[in-house]
Amino acid sequence: MKKEQSYERYQRQIRLKEFGIAGQQKLLQAKVLVIGAGGLGCPVLQYLTAAGIGCIGIVDNDVVLITNLHRQVLYDTNDIDKSKVSVAAGKLRLVNPDTELIEYHIHLDKNNCLGIINEYDVIIDCTDNFASRYMINDACVLKGKPLIYGAVNRFEGQVAVFNITTNEKERTANYRDLFPVQPEQSEVMNCEEAGVLGVLPGIIGSMQASEAIKLITGIGEPLINQLLTYNALNNQFFVFNYEQSSKSEITPSNETEFLKMNYEDVCVTDNLQFEIDAEKFDSMVLQSKINIIDVRELNELPAVTEFEHARIPLSELKNNLQELAADNIIFFCQTGIRSLKAVTIANELFENKKTCYSLQGGIISWKQIHEKQLT
Amino acid sequence: MNVNILIFGQLKDITGTSVISINHVADTDLLLNKLYTQYPLLKEKNFLIAVDNQIIHKKTEIGEQVKIALLPPFSGG
Repeated sequence: MKKEQSYERYQRQIRLKEFGIAGQQKLLQAKVLVIGAGGLGCPVLQYLTAAGIGCIGIVDNDVVLITNLHRQVLYDTNDIDKSKVSVAAGKLRLVNPDTELIEYHIHLDKNNCLGIINEYDVIIDCTDNFASRYMINDACVLKGKPLIYGAVNRFEGQVAVFNITTNEKERTANYRDLFPVQPEQSEVMNCEEAGVLGVLPGIIGSMQASEAIKLITGIGEPLINQLLTYNALNNQFFVFNYEQSSKSEITPSNETEFLKMNYEDVCVTDNLQFEIDAEKFDSMVLQSKINIIDVRELNELPAVTEFEHARIPLSELKNNLQELAADNIIFFCQTGIRSLKAVTIANELFENKKTCYSLQGGIISWKQIHEKQLT
Repeated sequence: MNVNILIFGQLKDITGTSVISINHVADTDLLLNKLYTQYPLLKEKNFLIAVDNQIIHKKTEIGEQVKIALLPPFSGG
């Protein structure tokens, strides 16, 4: 009885002759892991649950913030401060009770990642940082799992399908065949720093869901050995072809090597001793012999009017640092990542003769703390 | 004759525009040299080069009327 009901739900896709009952059965038997329940994760989860994937694992350790709501459309205003995974799973169970939802309220790391990935047939990368993306890619290569990649930046997105096992037991290209070396997070601004059009991850995430369904049911031509790019501003789509480059030596070849990898941003984690909190920052701002530098790009908001400072974007820092006269420098940026990178640059240039600090959590966190104190 | 280069993502912050046009050069190494002279900040950036929609990892000849693209990695989600 239940079976008939569940098939009625999928009638309109079963009617597609390429899809049929066989396609639906493949979806109902599939296990998919969605890593990240944010801008990309929301549409992926919604469409895959609605399509009748048998089991979906959701990994995320964040709570819903008000700044998520313009693009993370699974969540509403009442969900602020609640666990994303709990809220998402609750809503998705209402969408389709056929789909088993497994909640992972964790930050995926080297130690837990291989075990979880191994439980699933298809992995979908909906994360927002390079450390996670490279770790997930390498784990999928080690465990032989197909990986569906999506990423966004301002008005543009990328989609690709990695690491498919072909008939000859060969694997198709993966993320390291495109970008072999993990960039430092500070090299590329994230959504918080660069901004993102709310609907864009909706489009890119929907394409990831579509690639997953094609891959599981065996229809169409998934983006294997291809990188699709989309630009919302001019509606341009491109599909770039690439090949597996000579086997990357950087990819760990076994679990022991994987556990030794350093995915977290090296320069950032080495620099944590230079961080100062908002309270220390406020006491130092009052000193006269100090330079305070905003290393964000010139157009980045929020504007800072609360204290005197100079603006030197991180990309131009090297060429402008010599002008700074004070012996103490405090760098700040949006979230405290680029300012740590700035400390590295300044310490190298001044050969540690000046004392450099980075505002922990960036100006966003500083403003939040001060707003709370006012209320 | 000019080569048109499509610029993606945050590389546009450096070039100021999504398409740049430069005098034809024989291969991608010469192209990079020229771009680095014109836009020194590109040197610090990580990006892929595609010649006629094929992503390349080593020196590649640039024929007439090819389309070049510079593609940086995106991390946002």
